[in-house]
Amino acid sequence: MVNREQVVTPDISSLRVVTPEGRVAAAPTTAAVFEIDGLGVSYGGKQAVQDVTADLYRNEITAFIGPSGCGKSTILRCLNRMNDLVIGATVEGSIRYHGQDLYDAKVDAVEVRKRIGMVFQKPNPFPKSIFDNIAFGPKVLGMKGDMHEIVERALRRAALWDEVKDRLKTNAFGMSGGQQQRLCIARCLAVDPDVILMDEPCSALDPISTGKIEDLMIELKRDYSIVIVTHNMQQAARVSDRTAFFIVDLSAGEGNRIGRLVEYDATERIFTNPSDSRTEDYVTGKVG
Amino acid sequence: MSASPMSLRTKSGATRVKDLSFRGGMLLCLLLSAVVLVTLIVDVLLDALPVLGTRIFTNFPSSNSDIAGLQPAIFGTLWIIGVCAVFIVPIGVATAIYLEEYADNTKWWNRLIEVNIQNLAAVPSIIYGILGLAFLVRGPLSLGRVVLAGGLTLGLLVLPVVIISGREAIRAVPPSIREGSMALGATQWQTIYKQVLPASIPGIATGVILALSRAIGETAPLIVVGAATFITFNPNGLVGDGAGFAALPIQVFSWISQPQEEFHQLAAAGIVLLLGLLVCMNGFAIYLRNRYENKW
Repeated sequence: MVNREQVVTPDISSLRVVTPEGRVAAAPTTAAVFEIDGLGVSYGGKQAVQDVTADLYRNEITAFIGPSGCGKSTILRCLNRMNDLVIGATVEGSIRYHGQDLYDAKVDAVEVRKRIGMVFQKPNPFPKSIFDNIAFGPKVLGMKGDMHEIVERALRRAALWDEVKDRLKTNAFGMSGGQQQRLCIARCLAVDPDVILMDEPCSALDPISTGKIEDLMIELKRDYSIVIVTHNMQQAARVSDRTAFFIVDLSAGEGNRIGRLVEYDATERIFTNPSDSRTEDYVTGKVG
Repeated sequence: MSASPMSLRTKSGATRVKDLSFRGGMLLCLLLSAVVLVTLIVDVLLDALPVLGTRIFTNFPSSNSDIAGLQPAIFGTLWIIGVCAVFIVPIGVATAIYLEEYADNTKWWNRLIEVNIQNLAAVPSIIYGILGLAFLVRGPLSLGRVVLAGGLTLGLLVLPVVIISGREAIRAVPPSIREGSMALGATQWQTIYKQVLPASIPGIATGVILALSRAIGETAPLIVVGAATFITFNPNGLVGDGAGFAALPIQVFSWISQPQEEFHQLAAAGIVLLLGLLVCMNGFAIYLRNRYENKW
């Protein structure tokens, strides 16, 4: 549980949201990284997710679990406005990031993605060298400093440095799947984000690589806030502090699958003493 | 040993015969076209053999078949293809990027553009020649019968090919690369310029080379825009008095029409040169494709 008094206010001064008066928006007031309120998402007029309300906290790992099609990835993609890239996607309700409305017309989605990084289901290294994969983000963001240092620091944080330090110039496609995924995490860390979103980061990996990434996540939550979507309930139970359980609501009729949040609580409670019977059925394996 | 519940039927004789005859028929079709091609090449080579030498590179056309050469045609072709390349690469690539990365396919005007580009690729080349004549040589631009007009006409002709192959190359870059880049806070333009374009350059280059090799062999539009068949100087610029031009296919066409056997040999030499150029260009395109093929 987070003790709000002890949480240090994060420095988000680099997220420049300039108000009409020309001043930088007010400092955050809560320990919540995201305050999701009444969030709904639809694609081309078809509702995909409805009425999701939850606060996600700083320096915690929040897991989204639920059956396929329940909208967990959709919600994750709202958190750094990746859904903006999907033509026909509309978002209702609000998401506040450190108190600022993420979907405010004045907020630049590119600026949001600098602060809120993302790791995808399938490792997606760029077709470049390991070094250039890491250096790409800092370069396009115009980060100052010695690029070698930046790359080394990112690789060390992702526990990958010792494995790749002798072959930084080789193509990233030559790495194993697990290494590629940690490279993608390192790439994300290199631009110094505040939050890391992970969309089923281990679903394409073997158990040993998965274990390494889980260790890494626990290591990283000291400095970052992490939100992870996972199909693997053991994974959610192992790494996360809080868990949100979603279901697919079919009551709107055939072909209308709407994702809804059922229960959101401390992970321990979700897995041992959930308050909703549907959560219990799911986490104990009775359905799904 | 237990009896199997189902016995697998063996291939019947009739099926086997059908299989074989299909296979044989298709092989025959392949052989037919291969034999025609080989005959053509051997025939042309034999014709060209007596005159193949340095003089076709160094001499100018002449009414005396003993000293006639191809130099202005070779230079003319190089000039035209150069102009053509400079014209089609930026416009073709920019169009391909727009259609693949920016255009919203649900909008009717974007679909209209798309369909039109595909249709343009199928328009007969003579039409482009007439367009070139009406708009570039005479008409609004009135450039005259010069290198620039020839190059731009051929450029218009092959532009749809460059756009279509460019789009394919850009589409072959997986969306996950774009997402990965955007998720790091790169803008759409940075993503295109630094990730999508570099990854698709081998495919785009291949398309450009294939388009140019089509342009090299085009005769009809060049005749219409006024390529010279008998010229005693090399082009010295894009426009102006000294920018008149000949081209390899035009020279071949003109020599073939002569009654003397010696000119037919010279025409054959021109064909050999043209074929050699095409083989080199296509070979380079294949090399590019294999060398830089990305395994996603």
